[in-house]
Amino acid sequence: MIVEFGHFALILAVMVAAFQMIVPFAGARRRDVRMMNTAEPAAISQLILLAIAFVALMHAYVTSDFSVANVAANSHSTKPMIYKISGVWGNHEGSMLLWVLILALFGAAVALFGNNLPPTLKATVLAVQASVALAFLLFIVMTSDPFLRLDPAPADGRGLNPILQDPALAFHPPFLYIGYVGFSIAFSFAIAALIEGRIDAAWARWVRPWTLAAWMFLTIGIAMGSWWAYYELGWGGWWFWDPVENASFMPWLAGTALLHSALVMEKREALKVWTVLLAILTFSLSLMGAFIVRSGVLTSVHSFAVDPERGVFILGILVLFTGGGLALFATRAHEMRTGGLFQPISREGTLVFNNLLLVTATATVLIGTLYPLVLEGVTGEKISVGPPFFNMTFGPLMIPLLLALPYGPLLAWKRGDLVGVTQRLVFAIAGALLLAALAYAAFNRGPSLAPFGIALGAFVMLGAITEWALRVKLGSAPSDEVIRRAKNLPRSQYGTLLAHFGVGLMVIGIVGTTAYQEERILLMKPGETVTVGGYDATFKGVKAEKGPNYMEDIASFEITRGGEVLTTLLPSKRLYDAPPQPTTESGILASWRGDLYVVIGDPQGDTTAYAVRAYFNPLVRFIWLGALIMFIGGGISLTDRRLRVGAPVKSRRAAPVPAE
Amino acid sequence: MTRKQKRGLMIGSGVAVLGVAAIMVLFALKDSIVFFHTPSDIAEKGVPAGQRIRLGGLVANGSVVRGQGTTVSFKVTDTLKELPVTFTGVLPDLFREGQGVVAEGVLDGNGTFAADSVLAKHDENYMPAEVKKSLEERGVKLGTSAHPEDAAKTSAQP
Repeated sequence: MIVEFGHFALILAVMVAAFQMIVPFAGARRRDVRMMNTAEPAAISQLILLAIAFVALMHAYVTSDFSVANVAANSHSTKPMIYKISGVWGNHEGSMLLWVLILALFGAAVALFGNNLPPTLKATVLAVQASVALAFLLFIVMTSDPFLRLDPAPADGRGLNPILQDPALAFHPPFLYIGYVGFSIAFSFAIAALIEGRIDAAWARWVRPWTLAAWMFLTIGIAMGSWWAYYELGWGGWWFWDPVENASFMPWLAGTALLHSALVMEKREALKVWTVLLAILTFSLSLMGAFIVRSGVLTSVHSFAVDPERGVFILGILVLFTGGGLALFATRAHEMRTGGLFQPISREGTLVFNNLLLVTATATVLIGTLYPLVLEGVTGEKISVGPPFFNMTFGPLMIPLLLALPYGPLLAWKRGDLVGVTQRLVFAIAGALLLAALAYAAFNRGPSLAPFGIALGAFVMLGAITEWALRVKLGSAPSDEVIRRAKNLPRSQYGTLLAHFGVGLMVIGIVGTTAYQEERILLMKPGETVTVGGYDATFKGVKAEKGPNYMEDIASFEITRGGEVLTTLLPSKRLYDAPPQPTTESGILASWRGDLYVVIGDPQGDTTAYAVRAYFNPLVRFIWLGALIMFIGGGISLTDRRLRVGAPVKSRRAAPVPAE
Repeated sequence: MTRKQKRGLMIGSGVAVLGVAAIMVLFALKDSIVFFHTPSDIAEKGVPAGQRIRLGGLVANGSVVRGQGTTVSFKVTDTLKELPVTFTGVLPDLFREGQGVVAEGVLDGNGTFAADSVLAKHDENYMPAEVKKSLEERGVKLGTSAHPEDAAKTSAQP
């Protein structure tokens, strides 16, 4: 009964979305306040209806109601409770329901907090948002209904893919979806601005917090996915340039560009047309991500819930919104006046440079991701584009971006002083070079460019610290004034500083682990020892154990360093009951220096010997720590009064930007 | 600088960055794409030794031999032709005789494929898409994939 109730709520949500798309839009065109005012209750009731549908599906999962086809296909009665809940979005139908729920959540948030928006803009934004929701709701109802019943109901379910039964992955999809879907708000605002034919700095001020929120969650969502792949897939890698990874990375790159161009638009009224275009492109890339992940057109290491026919429907949605958005842009963009002028060497200039590089980088990732598809369509040749392509194209584009990054916030708006800023950054430059020398001495091997990579990361981090020191006048003002300035520095500024610091940290982690990874593959008998990354790992043997829903062969490795016993690592191989599938669990000893990472392979015939892979991944933690700091930076920035959603306009004067 | 000059500079630098990126993309595509072949393709087309390719097919029944240390040899078949493969490292969880597999590496001079990575899909019924398509093109009948949902791959890269 609850399931039918959820199903009914879902169908009602389709109708509400259709209403919300048409009536407020027509109202905005005819300046009819009563029609426009329907957008708000419609958006909220759409959210409530979808929440009911989602909770109903979750209830079916929690109670293991196998008469629901979706539950029977993806859950199992012996599964731990957390994975029964995460199983709701661990499959195609449920994840699409989560997708529309988040769409409705963002729509309702605009309805509730957008009181200071001009009424026609608000109504149009909510109508566009509803059109996106309607497309996906129709997709669910027509091709991917999660509420279909089975008769007779099977005795038990087929279970969730065991490699998805993992705490980090349980929360990875919701975060990723908040990111993907969050960009729909930027899209809706862009389309609404084009329809209204009017755009100004206030527009950027409304769009920026939403973009920032989406960007934050996409950042942490991608990082969680990467972390999960690192410890769960057992290959010792953290990023594979796989199509599904690229699908989430492209909107992130474009979203990062959008965040920065919206800043220029807000402060200087420049780059208006470009910002609108980026907003359309960013959400289009999110839609394309959904298409790549859902359609299975590209062979991927983590392709879940793949169905080509549904892919065609999503492709239709993608073509409709991207094509429609770009067509509208082409016809209306020229009506927008361009704003503030600036010299090439200025803060605007660096932000344009940032956008240029980020968008070009997005394009290279796009080409590498889609090229196999295009080539197969044209010539029938099957190819794969691997990491070397991305390392050769994406990598070099990041170097000028990172070099310019510390300059951006230190240059003045309109016209900047490159030499002066370089002088202020002299400590950062010196520190970065010193660290490069230290890295060279410490590792004394690996690619000769690696120390420069470390220096680049350090330059970005030290640049952020330098910026903070300059803003609070550290060393040049009495300490009480420094404290006062540190307190008065706007939170958005702290957010930027932290996010940039996180970028630098991440770069160091990426360079460190890529250039200096150590790897050993060997056959080990109990009692034998392998040395990697300064650790000695002694294989103590394997014993079988039983988990809640799997059987497990657990190997134990005693880890010593310089004769001192540190810990015992327990990598294992599991065989799950339902579905009967083997997985590899890695054993990891983490430290700031790097991770010792051990996995076992198959036993060699009847002997007690096992194939063992042991890695030392230097500085690898910094990658995810960097992402976490970026996430926190975004969060702090969001709490800034100026950005606070729905904050009164007068609060704008509360935080003057120090004129450095 | 006049407004026109500034605009020129901006467009110029944009074009320059895009141009450099385009050149890098073309070079990278030339050097780093990997073609996918089945054993029959290799027999017909004659892939030169040393060229990096992906080999796809089924792991031939009874062909897996565990050699010295972590080296494993097996044969990949598309049911018409088969090709011997050697691989040093830890095989993915779902590597099994009779199952679909994709191996990346180079042919040596003796007609043996030296793989440096092996991919197998993380599902009992799943067949890597390229393998399935190639086998179907050659008229090989396969059992229908019961539920391609839940599919995930594991890979072994030494």
